[in-house]
Amino acid sequence: MIRLLAGRLLQAAVASFGVLTIVFFVMRLSGDPTLLLVPEGASAEQVAQLRAALGFDRPLVVQYAAYLGDLLRLDLGESLVQRAPVAGIVGERIPYTLALAGGALLVALGIGIPAGILMAVHRGGVLERALAALVLAGQSLPTFWSGILLILFFGVYLGWLPTSGADSLASLIMPAIALGALTMSTFARMARISVLDELSRDYVTAARARGLSVWAAVSRHVLRNAAIPVVTIAALEIGNLLAGAVIVETVFAWPGIGQLAIQSIQARDFLVVQTVVLFVSSVYIAMNLLADLAYAAIDPRIRGRS
Amino acid sequence: MQPALIVENLSLALGRANLVDSVGFSVAPGEVLALVGESGCGKSVTAQAIMRLLAPALRQTGGRVLLAGQDITALPERAMRALRGQAMSMIFQEPQAALDPLATVGTHIAEALRRPLRDVRDQVLQMLAEVGISDPARRIDQYPFELSGGMCQRVMIACALISRPAVLLADEPTTALDVTIQAQILDLLRRLAAERRTAVVLITHDMGVVADIADRVAVMYAGRIAETGPTAQIFARPRHPYTSLLLASIPRLTDAPKSTLAVIEGRVPTPAEFGPGCRFASRCPLADDTCRAATPPLRDMADGRLSACFHAEQLP
Amino acid sequence: MRGISPGMALILLLLVAFIVAALAAPWIAPFDPLRQSLLMRLRPPGTTVAAGMYLLGTDDLGRDLLSRVLHGARASIAVAALSVSISLAFGTLLGLLAGWFRGWVAVAIMRSVDTMLSIPAILLAVLTVAVLGPSFLNLILVLGLTRWPRYTRVAYAQTLQVATLPYIRAAEMAGAGSARILWRHILPNIAGPLMVVATSEFGLMILFEAGLSFLGLGIQPPYPSWGSIMSVGRQYVERAWWLTVFPGACLFVLVLCVNLFGDWLRDRVDPRSQGR
Repeated sequence: MIRLLAGRLLQAAVASFGVLTIVFFVMRLSGDPTLLLVPEGASAEQVAQLRAALGFDRPLVVQYAAYLGDLLRLDLGESLVQRAPVAGIVGERIPYTLALAGGALLVALGIGIPAGILMAVHRGGVLERALAALVLAGQSLPTFWSGILLILFFGVYLGWLPTSGADSLASLIMPAIALGALTMSTFARMARISVLDELSRDYVTAARARGLSVWAAVSRHVLRNAAIPVVTIAALEIGNLLAGAVIVETVFAWPGIGQLAIQSIQARDFLVVQTVVLFVSSVYIAMNLLADLAYAAIDPRIRGRS
Repeated sequence: MQPALIVENLSLALGRANLVDSVGFSVAPGEVLALVGESGCGKSVTAQAIMRLLAPALRQTGGRVLLAGQDITALPERAMRALRGQAMSMIFQEPQAALDPLATVGTHIAEALRRPLRDVRDQVLQMLAEVGISDPARRIDQYPFELSGGMCQRVMIACALISRPAVLLADEPTTALDVTIQAQILDLLRRLAAERRTAVVLITHDMGVVADIADRVAVMYAGRIAETGPTAQIFARPRHPYTSLLLASIPRLTDAPKSTLAVIEGRVPTPAEFGPGCRFASRCPLADDTCRAATPPLRDMADGRLSACFHAEQLP
Repeated sequence: MRGISPGMALILLLLVAFIVAALAAPWIAPFDPLRQSLLMRLRPPGTTVAAGMYLLGTDDLGRDLLSRVLHGARASIAVAALSVSISLAFGTLLGLLAGWFRGWVAVAIMRSVDTMLSIPAILLAVLTVAVLGPSFLNLILVLGLTRWPRYTRVAYAQTLQVATLPYIRAAEMAGAGSARILWRHILPNIAGPLMVVATSEFGLMILFEAGLSFLGLGIQPPYPSWGSIMSVGRQYVERAWWLTVFPGACLFVLVLCVNLFGDWLRDRVDPRSQGR
């Protein structure tokens, strides 16, 4: 268990290091990163001054080492556009994105998992086909389109829900549904496959031979076994939800890090964009790690190993 | 005495293919009946049909099942659930696969009593001891992966018998186990069945197992009963050519060294190849035109046996 | 080919229709997609003028929506096809190398795959396009060069499997070089699963192109893309529903068809689902 954990931690560390490296080099792709950091319309002299001040005239390797050093000290830098620490700018938007992702996760889990289980247990029935259509739609709907359709119908036509902003809990409903639809489909497909897989096993027949009903066998035995692969996917999907927030937040003018990233690109405030990418990737890696731990918590075969 | 279980004219179909055709047998309390045949002869689906746990693709097309004299064929699912695990139980070929990997030994057994484990812990511990599991207090909280195959089968037996069912269906219970463990499990089944007056239907392909444990034998071939009768008589003088060939294929200590074992020529016909006649005709040394034209009925051999062979009297 | 159901035939027909519409857009579009007519701004579908009918209405600059949607199909399909080709080629090459040489080559390649997969793709694309500046070429390069890891994973796993087969060993012993074995013997054997991945990526790339264009990071105005049309539609959502409904519906139907085609292809290729 300890060794497993250590191995996973090491993997996460390697992945984080890789992410930092990729982001560093992507930021250097345009040649001179100074140009990405200065406000538009700066004079050549100002640019040269800043280049020296930020050390972008040094060799790339030195810059890379300095960049890693700064991040290790959790120094994310200062936005030259907003003249404020990047950590603060991004930090105050994070709760909004987490609320949105949480709402979307609720939608996805609340509909996707039961739908997947029902599809597996009612295999070949009318219910399965109806749910399969729902899943397929969720999988192929572009979030910005479903978002705008929701706005058209509930916001403009019926006038029930606010069409943008984050003024009340009601503002969260439509963005959460739009963002959660794809994840819902993923959960439903995963849940269906793994429940079907488990239903074909002998222990289900044996449980029924002990007098359990199909549903009792499912709830007492199948679900826990089927949960193992689903938990892994669920953790990964949280990362995807944060990434998908970029588009949904733009559609609904939701003041989270996704909207911030797009606004920052338009304002050429690239340190902010970089920080958003680093934040989402760290959550992604952390969720991966969490999935492995959850795995161990569910499965005694892993828990027991030392 | 009234039989604990009677199966009459049971027929099962997969689509249009007729897998099991008019199979019938009965088992008395405390008796062990072996249902013998090659794999694919329909013995396992027969057991599933008795429990009414057939895969959705399979249908029962005829016959009935009587449990302690009561016809359970048309019982609603709810009533069947009340019987499963209580009046009739089942154990399986792969004991490790038949246990939920994420549930403890105790949880499984308590489930057969339909009570939470903490209410019936003592009873479960006693049952574990009875099926020969050492250190039950420790084993009760262990998971299947911590147990050997033989121990898993003992746990399955504990699950199956703790509610004192009238009938136990054992589907190849020792096939997946080591030879030494096989004998122990068979002994255990034999002893518990006798003590508790449980009627056992033991499904196997292994004539050695039959000789060890069965009081009576029903030999199945291609979905039909070929012959039934007391074990000793069947072994001493088979009344169906298929049984003779099955017995001839068991190695014996008395065989001369390097002598070749008898092998049954040909192969079992698939359900699509079933003709109007005896299904063994294509492999039978005694087959003639009658055999290929008509289905031989099960005939009383006047010594407590039934045989489905037109030429039963010609056998040595 | 055997066993194409009527449903599958419809899907293939729709896919062909999309491709034909994209290729023939300049000839079948009723209007010039770039020609503005400020007097005809935001006209609803069916508005008739002397030059013809605005079947799907007009946008905020009075351009014909049908013509823009038809030309938008070009952008979608071109970006998806080119970026999928790049990532397929690049990802497959890396996977083949990792699976064939194993050892440290495999460790290095597969670790990069894990790392790439821990950055959400859309964010990496957003960051890269933003840094490089949005353009058609950059869009294709970025999507092509960020989406290779899935192919690498599949190619790697498949190569490991195929490389142990006796006839590969036989070819090796007959003196065939690595490049020749990889190209002539291994690649044809692992092509099926790779095509399944490529199909699902094709659908995803159509969505990515539309998403990035929606964010203003893809196809640049005035050239039409479904995403950028919808981005304008978002601004006029209360006055001009047709600006979002029509391009979105095209996007939805196209992606749906690609996904269904991918599922069908997977059932054909995956040996586990054969004969079911």
